[in-house]
Amino acid sequence: MSHTVTNVILAGLGGQGVIKASDILADAAVRAGFDVKKAEVHGMSQRGGSVTSDIRFGVKVLSPMIPRGEADFLVVLAPSEVEVTRPLLRPGGVLLAPDFVPEGELINKRSLNVALLGALSAYLDIPERIFLDAVRAALAERLHAANEQAFQQGRARAATSGAAALGKRQ
Amino acid sequence: MEKRLLSGDEAVALAARDTGIALGTGYPGTPSTEILEAFGALGGSAQWAPNEKVALEVGLGAAFGGGRALVTMKHVGLNVAADPLFTAAYTGVTGALVVVTADDPGMASSQNEQDNRRYAIAAGLPMLSPADPQEAYDYFFRAVELSERWSLPVLFRMTTRVCHSKALVTSRATPMTPRAPSFVRDIPGRVMVPAFARPAHRKLRAKLADMAAFGETSDLHTVTEGSRDLGIVTDGVCALHAAEASPGASFFKIGLVHPLPIERLRTFAAGVKRCQVIEEGDPVIADALRAAGIAVESKPEMFRFGELDVGRVRRILARDLSTEPPLPKGKPPELCAACPYHPVFAALRKLDCIVAGDIGCYTLGVMEPYRALDTCVAMGASIGVGLGLRHVLPADQARRVVSIIGDSTFIHSGVSGLMEMVYNPPKLGHVIIVLDNGITAMTGQQEHPGTGRTLEHEATGKISIEGLARAMGIDTTIIDPFANPAGFATLLAEKLAAPLLSLIVARRPCVLAAADIRGWEKAAEATRAAQACAGAACGAVPEDA
Ligand SMILES: Cc1ncc(C[n+]2csc(CCOP(=O)(O)OP(=O)(O)O)c2C)c(N)n1
Ligand code: SF4
Repeated sequence: MSHTVTNVILAGLGGQGVIKASDILADAAVRAGFDVKKAEVHGMSQRGGSVTSDIRFGVKVLSPMIPRGEADFLVVLAPSEVEVTRPLLRPGGVLLAPDFVPEGELINKRSLNVALLGALSAYLDIPERIFLDAVRAALAERLHAANEQAFQQGRARAATSGAAALGKRQ
Repeated sequence: MEKRLLSGDEAVALAARDTGIALGTGYPGTPSTEILEAFGALGGSAQWAPNEKVALEVGLGAAFGGGRALVTMKHVGLNVAADPLFTAAYTGVTGALVVVTADDPGMASSQNEQDNRRYAIAAGLPMLSPADPQEAYDYFFRAVELSERWSLPVLFRMTTRVCHSKALVTSRATPMTPRAPSFVRDIPGRVMVPAFARPAHRKLRAKLADMAAFGETSDLHTVTEGSRDLGIVTDGVCALHAAEASPGASFFKIGLVHPLPIERLRTFAAGVKRCQVIEEGDPVIADALRAAGIAVESKPEMFRFGELDVGRVRRILARDLSTEPPLPKGKPPELCAACPYHPVFAALRKLDCIVAGDIGCYTLGVMEPYRALDTCVAMGASIGVGLGLRHVLPADQARRVVSIIGDSTFIHSGVSGLMEMVYNPPKLGHVIIVLDNGITAMTGQQEHPGTGRTLEHEATGKISIEGLARAMGIDTTIIDPFANPAGFATLLAEKLAAPLLSLIVARRPCVLAAADIRGWEKAAEATRAAQACAGAACGAVPEDA
């Protein structure tokens, strides 16, 4: 059944907004009508340690955890975490590293999490409109403008890199 | 009904509201902490107790009074609460009592990975084991029903992945009718002197036999017919890993892990060629089945360690004993850059102290550059361990022993250590440092009796740490180590040099919590002032002081 499930891992360091981004993605998948499960280990994460969050969605999801080496997408917010988490990605899976969206392009560099979500969104079967609803629902109104910009920035990058078309549910 | 994405903890909180829980209490501990926070946010009556034992006793009292009570804690919390737990199995309850124990296989945020299914067997209590947030919600109703039907506390075993993973949850349209608490005297039932406890034990065993019979037909267990070549017996989140790892197998998913439906399991095992138990932690189910003469395969010993996942279940099924690839080694947590503990550890390091440590953010003092922590065992243990070291070590070493303990931990179980220190003082005295950052930081900033604010951050009675120490005749000093690092180091050196019993309160708020604390304190102050005013006007003690 696993072929009907999309597996996304978000990784980074405590305080970078990994959990926030994973909440947004999970919410977008729910809004798009999928069964969704999400797992992460938190507790010490606020002290700057590594954080990873597994998000799985599809017709029916069983285990909340993505089997090792079976992630379709790996989105990493911290350069130091890229090599550490790479083994979680399946062969041929898509890696979105932090430099995918240059920090300088963002109004607020704390929106990197949402920018990378924007990039990821270009690969997923979830309409952009739904994604943006989820972004807005998760953030205070004063943060909407910066984060919508970040989302679009990431999405545009993915579109121009041309990878999105290729990566789509191969 | 609308489906919502909830964590297992949030699902339990919602179920607590929907089952009419009159009181929720507990002590913070990952991964259980969010249950009471969410229950409070839903309008439930939720409160933090100073420790798990007190929480269980408060819950028991509420259930003696005919109410429905929820008590939450992490797995090691049940060790603290074990004393009342075992005898509460004898007394039983009048209302309902559901005790959540959140186990942490793999120790994502714990000091051990004990398997609390063993407590159900040891205490003789029923235990439910939900697999995901939806089951956590549904089973909670069942837990309340079982508790009321058998007049027994019910253990509710969650694990990190059940507590913290999120999934879609459909809640019930119609909540349970709440009970109206009222005291009914039952001296032989609740006063556990030997004459009453002896029949109470027999009664408990009779209830368990009855419950085992119930389990033989209960829909808390689900059997899925699949291949006859492989039957999998499993519980909790492992059931989901196993269903994904081996979709074609036959499954016996256990919902009530104690007492087990032995005869049904016997039939299931007899109907398949290979019967494999897939469980996290200790081989609790496998051992019980084997003891009953049922031929099942237990997981190999290497899978006792850490949590299971789909990949590991595949290995168990393939009987693959090869070395597993190491887990990704990420960046470990460390003290926040502006954490008030830095100067404390710098001083401990500089003075080459032997540090009996405790559990909290400050356990991170073990990391570079300080490496200033020599022991960490259980909450509150820093004081006893420090005293033990002082008693036996040669003078030049004994003089350097310091116990360090956080404010929440001090309230939890440090106070009895103080009594020990006064009662059995080491020859060269002792030095305790209470790291008072004004919050339970480690578990995500919970209030405790020393903050003087409730779970919901409202003003309430406040315990003074220095007041307690002074009342015991201990030399007590308060200092802000962050504002005055050199002064702190000098003070510590002085206290170490004197053959005295001394306690230093190193007081400075946690930087992550400081802004919130200021806000809560402002609101709390206003409430206190209003109450004092009302009290003065009518000459009475304010009602909820
Ligand atoms: C018996 C038990 N209950 C709960 C926990 C979870 N826990 C670990 S440390 C801690 C308290 C930390 O607070 P504090 O002592 O104030 O130190 P801080 O984290 O603020 O530095 C808690 C609740 C535990 N380890 N053991
Ligand atoms: S959360 Fe607070 S107590 Fe913990 S390391 Fe950070 S500043 Fe220190």
